[in-house]
Amino acid sequence: MDATIATFLIQDGLTSGAIYALLGLALVLVFSVTRVIFIPQGEFVAYGALTLAVLDGGRMPATASLLVCFGLFSFLVDLWAMRREMTGARALRSAMIDLVLPAAIYIAALLLIPLGLPSLAKALLTIVIIAPMGLYVYRVAYRPLADASVLVLLIASVGVHLAMMGLGLAFFGAEGLRARPLSTGNYALGPLLVTAQSLWIYAATIAIIVGLYLFFEKTLPGKALRATAVNRLGARLIGVPTQFTGVTAFVLAATIGAVSGVLIGPITTIYYDTGFLIGLKGFVAAIIGGLSSFPITAIAAIGVGIIESFTSFFFSSYKEIIVFGLIIPVLIWLSLGVGQHEEE
Amino acid sequence: MTDNLRKAFPGLLAILFLAVVPLLSVPPFWITLLNNIGLASLVAIGLVLLTGVGGLTSFGQAAFCGFGAYTTAVLTTAYGFSPWITLPLSLLIGALLALPLGLITVRLSGHFLPLGTIAWGLALYYLFGQIELIGRFDGISGIPPLEFAGYRFLSGKSIYYVIWFFVIATALGARNLLDSRIGRGIRALRGGGQAAEAFGVDIVRAKLTVFVLAGIVAALSGWLYAHMQRSVNPTPFGLNMGIEYLLMAVVGGAGQIWGAIFGAGIVLLLKEILQRYLPELIGSAANFEMIVFGVLLVAILQISRDGLWPLVRKLSPERPDRQIAAPAGSLPRRAMPADGTSLLRIDQARKEFGGLVAVSNVSFEVKSGQIVGLIGPNGAGKSTTFNLITGMLPLTSGSIFYAGEKLSGMSPRRIARHGIARTFQHAKILPTMSVLENVALGAHLRGNAGVFRSFLHLERQEEATLLREAAHQLERVGLAAHLHRPAGDLALGQIRILEIARALCLDPTVLLLDEPAAGLRHAEKQELCLLLKKLKQEGVSVLLVEHDMGFVMGLVDHLVVLDFGTLIAEGRPAEVRQNPAVIAAYLGGVAA
Amino acid sequence: MSADLLELRNIRVAYGRAQVLRGISLTMAAGSIVTVIGANGAGKTTLLNAIMGVIPVSGTILYDGMPMPASIEARVAAGLSLVPERRELFATMSVEDNIELGGFLRPAAERLVTRQMLYERFPRLAERRKQLAGTLSGGERQMLALARALMSRPRLLLLDEPSLGLAPRIVIDILEIVSELRKTGVSILLVEQNARAALEIADHGYLVELGEIRRSGPASQLSHDPALMESYLGLMPQ
Repeated sequence: MDATIATFLIQDGLTSGAIYALLGLALVLVFSVTRVIFIPQGEFVAYGALTLAVLDGGRMPATASLLVCFGLFSFLVDLWAMRREMTGARALRSAMIDLVLPAAIYIAALLLIPLGLPSLAKALLTIVIIAPMGLYVYRVAYRPLADASVLVLLIASVGVHLAMMGLGLAFFGAEGLRARPLSTGNYALGPLLVTAQSLWIYAATIAIIVGLYLFFEKTLPGKALRATAVNRLGARLIGVPTQFTGVTAFVLAATIGAVSGVLIGPITTIYYDTGFLIGLKGFVAAIIGGLSSFPITAIAAIGVGIIESFTSFFFSSYKEIIVFGLIIPVLIWLSLGVGQHEEE
Repeated sequence: MTDNLRKAFPGLLAILFLAVVPLLSVPPFWITLLNNIGLASLVAIGLVLLTGVGGLTSFGQAAFCGFGAYTTAVLTTAYGFSPWITLPLSLLIGALLALPLGLITVRLSGHFLPLGTIAWGLALYYLFGQIELIGRFDGISGIPPLEFAGYRFLSGKSIYYVIWFFVIATALGARNLLDSRIGRGIRALRGGGQAAEAFGVDIVRAKLTVFVLAGIVAALSGWLYAHMQRSVNPTPFGLNMGIEYLLMAVVGGAGQIWGAIFGAGIVLLLKEILQRYLPELIGSAANFEMIVFGVLLVAILQISRDGLWPLVRKLSPERPDRQIAAPAGSLPRRAMPADGTSLLRIDQARKEFGGLVAVSNVSFEVKSGQIVGLIGPNGAGKSTTFNLITGMLPLTSGSIFYAGEKLSGMSPRRIARHGIARTFQHAKILPTMSVLENVALGAHLRGNAGVFRSFLHLERQEEATLLREAAHQLERVGLAAHLHRPAGDLALGQIRILEIARALCLDPTVLLLDEPAAGLRHAEKQELCLLLKKLKQEGVSVLLVEHDMGFVMGLVDHLVVLDFGTLIAEGRPAEVRQNPAVIAAYLGGVAA
Repeated sequence: MSADLLELRNIRVAYGRAQVLRGISLTMAAGSIVTVIGANGAGKTTLLNAIMGVIPVSGTILYDGMPMPASIEARVAAGLSLVPERRELFATMSVEDNIELGGFLRPAAERLVTRQMLYERFPRLAERRKQLAGTLSGGERQMLALARALMSRPRLLLLDEPSLGLAPRIVIDILEIVSELRKTGVSILLVEQNARAALEIADHGYLVELGEIRRSGPASQLSHDPALMESYLGLMPQ
């Protein structure tokens, strides 16, 4: 192996590692705040990438209709939950969030798409369509289970994953799609040839990490989310509503998923089920971070990306086996750390 | 007899139905569907043992089907083995591979465990697709059908009987196993296993046992699948199938053997209907059942976390209480140590949690035939001391001796073997299991039947003596009226008494009781007091933590008072309660 | 219309079939300190959790003469604040973050003012504002828990065993702070095992035994009641 191949592989690993890092961070975020192991995270990636690809074709993405469906479903669930103590104000609030918001996004998309948007605007539109889905997924699937055990929530996550993947298939079909890059062009960096898209990926990853850091360290809602992760009862006692933290965590996760989709869509062909596998790589990283540490997760994700890029070069057929096999020793190591402090 | 008949009636009806179906001229796809339900039922039964009963959630069971299917596929096609010879070999391979995977998996804690199964489930799927010997992603075809006395089980109808024979045999065996000494140990895993461990159940071994059993059953399903389908490839052994099997167990209600078959039936029937009619409805051939399955899974969890089988059970007639057979012999009893010798000696015991000292160099002694009270305000370190004595927590320094033998460093189950039994401050019982069975868990160390004998119910003699012993102890503590009720139905005070009966089943020399009188009414406390005095006469020593001072003062021979983890006083009750340090610890000396 | 800030009518709590509170009724006047004392396991902590809304109850809770709102956050907004027995601090966050989060439902400007006020009252916390809450000593943790609870500017402060696990010297400090708080108009419901000290600073006391109120009366009177000694040390005539 010569230096050129090595640098190429490292760059390739960094690029996918950055995406895995975003997903890993979202998984850690959701788990630490809500105890949900969010397997469907990858579906948001697929939705994002596929939406962008359809927008590239100047057509209306199916996810916009899907969003309206999600909202409608969520509204029905809200009404059912409120059946005993319905008030006009609460019904109106639900209607605004569940019906008006998705309808507004749908109409905006309908009006904007024929204008022939620039790529950045298409990316933003994609994110605006996908992000609110986090809210509805939380509302419909997880909030009724808020007091359930981690295991029940995990099984529910598998259910949500199946449903969302199936919807992806129904709305986008089995064909893979590839989006156009945000900007084309290459930059020579010494011996390295860096594509503009990978620069976008690095920049977006860094921006999101910095943004998350500022949110969690400097704002009161961010601190309230951290507080919930550290001590659930303590957070409830100071008046942080469980619903608020859940919604925030899921919307952030969906947003991060959509961004990842927008970033990865142009560098690889995405099928309705690709998101799951990408998401699982983020999982490997999040698990290495013990589902609790943001920095370890980010570093582990880069590691996963680089290992994957090297294994796919040297023993490509064993790539998945190695990456997933890698989790097991980590899990054992993590389990040794727990177990000591059971309830007293 | 009529009772037995009534009990078996729904089962017999189901078997009759299964036997008759192929004889009617039903369309072949019905038979195929029932065959698939049978195959899936096997895996789901394994999952019920593993997940529903043992509390270990696995998404990877499909891989074990792969082990069984590939073993027979390779041996029959490449080496010309007869399928009947590959049957034990397939199961053996399933077991042998389950062992290392299980050793890894059962050590994973909490939510890391199911994630671990997802990881190896995926890795194994890709591995199946890479191995040359098993035909990579193309798989192996041309597997011979089963053959018996010249008859070839080629048609769906013929293999139907083979499949359902195995399903029913496995279900009965699994049910037998759960209804046995070993089964109680497995069922106790769900509550965290602490109580089970305190009564001598080897937790890791019990987990491994169910893991391997679930693996073997899945391998059996794989073996049958290979000879039914006559070709194999990696697809049915991937994570998606693993998820589907778990869905079946959840739908059925993850603690119920018959629920597994019910769940497999519902899921596969639904899948069949969806695959048949959805495309017509929507006009596309894609497999939309995924969406419905996903929504269904979430909805079932939201509506009934115990699955649907319990709802079905409610419709069926009430089952008669089980009879406790008269035992053939009685259980041998331990020799009680001579009165007044030093039995339990705590020597400079110290426990730190991080920087916090919970127990600080405490020394005291329990002489045989004594009742010793351990008292002190909240957070004084009493329960921690209990956990140190029973090995639930390791000592930071110091040591603990039983009749001169050092206990510290031993596991809880080895300490239990010495005849040290305990109750818990937060009662650790299995709420859905009957009072009788909860108590019989205490007699775990007094039986020795293994998995195999339990599976075939060859240990009924021993089981009867264990249950008889449990019933006897329940009579002693005054719970004889509640033997067959689920333990979770009892009042809190009764549950504490249940824990005492369970501890007595160990045939203990030392009884450690953590707040036994909490939640009892006055008359019940009097009865408990009498019981403890009687035990003392029999030579049992008691160490108890209790807050009801009236109860303690009238009962104990010796009092030990802890405050902030330190021993502040000990002696006869009358002396101790005059001690100013003790009064200050309880009522607060600050403003006095 | 009474001047009672809080009124409980026949409050019952059961865990499964276990009755923990068997019909507790009590009233507390605005601006007073009321203490609930009793041996371990009497149901005192459960009572506070019931008032705060952490656990569901049956019975009526009136606050300011009106039915108590349902959710915890609505109760916090209405002026209730609980310092729980186990403190429930955010161990991996700084002292300052812990305090600030106490004012989660308050406007930012007010938070700043309250925080400054609390730093003046608890100079030790001001010194350690950048330190992680998990690294504090037991007494400092209790102060932090108290400060966090005060950030929401409560009208009714529920204190669960503030002296638990603390050295006697610190207990005096904490209870002094509690009686000073009353002067600022905060009403306090104090659950304590340290019965003598609690009755010393309280106006009124309730002795709870097995989930029922066994005695109640002015604090000065209750501290000499033989039932108290009996309940704690079991000095029953056998």
